[in-house]
Amino acid sequence: MKDLHQFLISPSQAAQQHGPNDRIVMSSRVRLARNLRDFAFPGWAKKPERVKILEAVLPAVGALPEMTDSFAEAMDNLTALDKQVLVERHLISREHAAKNIGSGLVLNREESFCVMINEEDHLRMQALRPGFQIREAWNAIDRLDSALEKKLDYAFDNELGYLTACPTNLGTGIRVSAMLHLPGLVLAEQINPIIQSVNKLGLAVRGLYGEGTEALGNIFQVSNQMTLGESETTIVERLEKVLSQIIEHEENARQTLLEKKKKVVFNHIGRAYGILANAHSISSKETMNLLSLLRLGIDMGSFPGTERALVDELFLTTQPAHLQKQISDKLSAEERDLIRADMVRERLKDVSRPVTK
Amino acid sequence: MQCCVCKEKPATVHLTQIVGEKMQKLDLCEDCAKAKGINDPTSFAMADLMLGLGASQELDPSAGAIEIKCPRCGFSQADFKKSGRLGCPECYQTFAEGLAGLLKTMHKGTRHTGKAPEALRKSRETGDRLKLLQKKLNIAIETEDFESAAALRDEIKALSGAIPTKAAK
Repeated sequence: MKDLHQFLISPSQAAQQHGPNDRIVMSSRVRLARNLRDFAFPGWAKKPERVKILEAVLPAVGALPEMTDSFAEAMDNLTALDKQVLVERHLISREHAAKNIGSGLVLNREESFCVMINEEDHLRMQALRPGFQIREAWNAIDRLDSALEKKLDYAFDNELGYLTACPTNLGTGIRVSAMLHLPGLVLAEQINPIIQSVNKLGLAVRGLYGEGTEALGNIFQVSNQMTLGESETTIVERLEKVLSQIIEHEENARQTLLEKKKKVVFNHIGRAYGILANAHSISSKETMNLLSLLRLGIDMGSFPGTERALVDELFLTTQPAHLQKQISDKLSAEERDLIRADMVRERLKDVSRPVTK
Repeated sequence: MQCCVCKEKPATVHLTQIVGEKMQKLDLCEDCAKAKGINDPTSFAMADLMLGLGASQELDPSAGAIEIKCPRCGFSQADFKKSGRLGCPECYQTFAEGLAGLLKTMHKGTRHTGKAPEALRKSRETGDRLKLLQKKLNIAIETEDFESAAALRDEIKALSGAIPTKAAK
């Protein structure tokens, strides 16, 4: 069995991945839900049936050319900590992390494809790309899916399309989403009207870890909700349009803040720097929210010579499971807060105080 | 008029719901209405759409005694109410009637227009073409354009022969 920790791209490498518009769009993702015709959905299938499905699907996915040298493993072979690391990397859902016998995962070397087996559906395949690249992600997952349909007998209905465990995913089984960093809209107090108008277009806005989570670090996920009655490309194009508009609003909000509320913005950035560079105990949540402001400061030119990648790396390494993984001893939450603060102070030691002009 | 749930007491609560294009009528006695939580008709409709299958199915007199179960996997409507998920691909057939309204509220349309597995793409296109021809045929018959009707009928015949059987794979 491969060691997950050795397999995964290091946080500093992960933070170095670049894509178009990545100062606002942190990553793009397209996920397809697929099921096998002759089996019950994972939530209803008994354990032996789920194991049978996994034994059929795992090798089929692993044998795809895109998945050469992949990490393919049953969920019961992963430790709780490994699963949590995967959640923090946004490679698997929190639901999937809770799975054990009869569920699995195939992740490719570049971490551009990740297939969850027996999550809510038999297959949840995702293509991931840095920056604003939802069309590229769709093309990639479309190819993977077309290769896989030759090996697996998908449940497909002429009227209803791809059949899924939950009727909300029926039809295309597609979820197109982007993770957006929107501190400008939050500081300018424009985020709620934006969320409302995006909702009106039939799109969902969620927090950092998807369904039912809060928007830590001013990071929001925007995705389609409806999957039936429109083609995949129509959905991708609508998302592209809406996301482009949100990017524009965020840029405008930042510009306006600098012109009209300079003191407010610099106050936020300066305080964030002050705490992060000097704290001796800090929670994961506070870290995220302050790192978001530091990231904004870098975008606005307050930290010349400091790259956004530094913040993006800390976004990953300061989260509980990543932190725990770096330290071999089992840590309590309080101990983690101390170590997290030490780590952030150390990483910010060469970053000078923000320039405010 | 008798209550359609207990079939004992007289119905005093009359509810008409329009789900999609379908009208559903329920006649309940006061006790059964209360038991079903129907005080505010709008909240009832919402709850029903949110929680599960159509009201008519659930309250159908015959369905009260024999609950519908998926012949393939044994999944029931009650299970769907609990989880919001279905049991197996065939459940979509089993619960088709109840799901129709739900899908309409959830999605942009009720017919898939996106990608299809390549093996099925051809028969899918043929199916679409057949539907169109059938529509044209009906119009031709209505307008007594028998010449076109005959030609359309031949085309439909030829095309139907070209569809491979469903269990092809």
